[in-house]
Amino acid sequence: MSLQVENLRVYYQTLRGDVKALDGATFSIADREIMGLAGESGCGKSTLGNGLILLTPPMRFVEGRVTIDDEELPIWDMERMDGFRFRKISIIPQYAMNAMNPTRKIGKMTSELLESRNVDSRATLPELERRLDLVELTRDVLNMYPIELSGGMKQRMVMVISTLLNPSLLIADEITSALDVSTQKAVADMLVEFRDREFVKSMMVITHDISILYQIADSILIMYAGQLAEKASTEVIIHSPRHPYTKLLISALPKVGVKYAERRLAGIPGNPPLLLDPPVGCRFRERCPVAFDRCLQEPQFIEVEKDHFVACWKEFERDA
Amino acid sequence: MLRLDRVSKVYKVGTFGGKELRAVSDVSFNVEDGEVVSLIGESGSGKSTIGKMILRLISISSGAIFFDGMDISTLSGGALKEYYRKVQGVFQDPFSTYNPIFKADRVFRTIHEEFYPGVKGREWNEKLESSLEAVGLNPEEVLNKFPHQLSGGQLQRFLIARALLLDIQFLVADEIISMLDASTRIDVLNLVADLKSRGLSILFITHDLSLGYYISERAVILHRGCVVEMGSTEEVYYNPLHPYTRMLMACVPRLDEKWQDVEVELKAQQSGITSGCVYYERCQVAGKDECCATERPALRKVESDHYVACGQC
Repeated sequence: MSLQVENLRVYYQTLRGDVKALDGATFSIADREIMGLAGESGCGKSTLGNGLILLTPPMRFVEGRVTIDDEELPIWDMERMDGFRFRKISIIPQYAMNAMNPTRKIGKMTSELLESRNVDSRATLPELERRLDLVELTRDVLNMYPIELSGGMKQRMVMVISTLLNPSLLIADEITSALDVSTQKAVADMLVEFRDREFVKSMMVITHDISILYQIADSILIMYAGQLAEKASTEVIIHSPRHPYTKLLISALPKVGVKYAERRLAGIPGNPPLLLDPPVGCRFRERCPVAFDRCLQEPQFIEVEKDHFVACWKEFERDA
Repeated sequence: MLRLDRVSKVYKVGTFGGKELRAVSDVSFNVEDGEVVSLIGESGSGKSTIGKMILRLISISSGAIFFDGMDISTLSGGALKEYYRKVQGVFQDPFSTYNPIFKADRVFRTIHEEFYPGVKGREWNEKLESSLEAVGLNPEEVLNKFPHQLSGGQLQRFLIARALLLDIQFLVADEIISMLDASTRIDVLNLVADLKSRGLSILFITHDLSLGYYISERAVILHRGCVVEMGSTEEVYYNPLHPYTRMLMACVPRLDEKWQDVEVELKAQQSGITSGCVYYERCQVAGKDECCATERPALRKVESDHYVACGQC
């Protein structure tokens, strides 16, 4: 098991109280697994991604245990985490397009970054160049400033830098959202290639675009209002989801071949609850078409079939 | 209803405006009464520029846009105001459309003052409420609120309701749902489609092909300012002929099919457009010795409602 997360709670501190953005997440990512993490905006998916690597205020660690390659990850301790960041766990941030220092040439910035981790940058150079070839960037980019690259090129450059020390876990946060469809495909294909070449052991791809995940992910984790709703293999999530939220979410996605006049798709009525004071019980209860009285208790995230986890009372009853 | 006739937009770029950038070149297409046309292209293809030219937010460099047979660039004063009574736009980012200092319903008040000064308060409120109900909002819940108190979907529907107050005939919808969440975007999309039954024509600008298919009867594919293919949605989606359209169709992440192994050309395409085909540098079928490099292919009819600008297919 590359990553194991147990009962992780991360809240945001505000003047009005804690915003429970991540409230009890338990899951694991296997070696060589690309796990997609999807949900609406504000469901806590980026909190989970950022919390694992850089937990800074206003984020507050409440409880939970995270292990990576059977080693405990001290995510609440900024200084001890330094030993893990970049080496064991790395991120391609949501703002990857602006992540590079604009006043440094890219090559210089990369070597400074490596030196700061006590890695010999000169010895790493051949590997860096090999990987630039792989993502179809010329070696000249090392002598350029970030402003000289296009959005897609910057994205690929950050991808190369983030994975240079072969981390066990790579978190890719919304990396394809700002790209054109053709560049999007190229970047997504490269993620898979990086996994296949074992530059990274496992990956967590955070996105709101489920159709991208269908193309590249091995499994998908769906979050709703700070909690996990369902995790299963990609095929199962897309074709036979069991949580009512996943079902509604998948059916609301327009596909090529579906026309308004022939088949009208429906959205999910209502809005997600505010996480400052989330409702008791299942957080999807108010929008759920099959909610019943038991939903006033909070459902557990339970494995209903092999590798298929669901947090819904209706599903437990069906199995019971 | 709306006809674009060889419309171009040229920007002066570089120091002292010495260079030219053709954002849109020689684009012609029609939008008929009660028709939804989707304008599809990647970033930088000029799709938003076309929308802005129709709304007269920017000037046209050459060519003309006709609305009901009237050249819109000649409109001014009262005639222009009449034009805006019929033609309105809704844009991508609902959050930045509002002034955060004022309550969100200010957008309705300005319409009232500008276009309907004679309508009495109560009568106006009834009109406003019916318009809000038409877009699926509950007036009591959404009126008298500041923009930050409303969700993105609600703000976007506000803007559509605002357009409806004007008895519009033509709506330019520029990426209106790309900032919305999956669970609410389909509701806004359905709403736009419902407007069609009220006799509205819509130009639906998008980069998302599945949305274009869902809503529109005809599709126009743009690449670097030129129309490369257009026609009925079915023809363009199921029988794409231009190599660019084919590449686009193959790259779209779909939920019913995995990606095929298509080579995506990533090489930079910075060099200026020459006289040849706009897709020449990335094209994989172009006989590179033929006229593709020198002569821009014109749109040519291949089926009853299907036009392609490619000499090779």
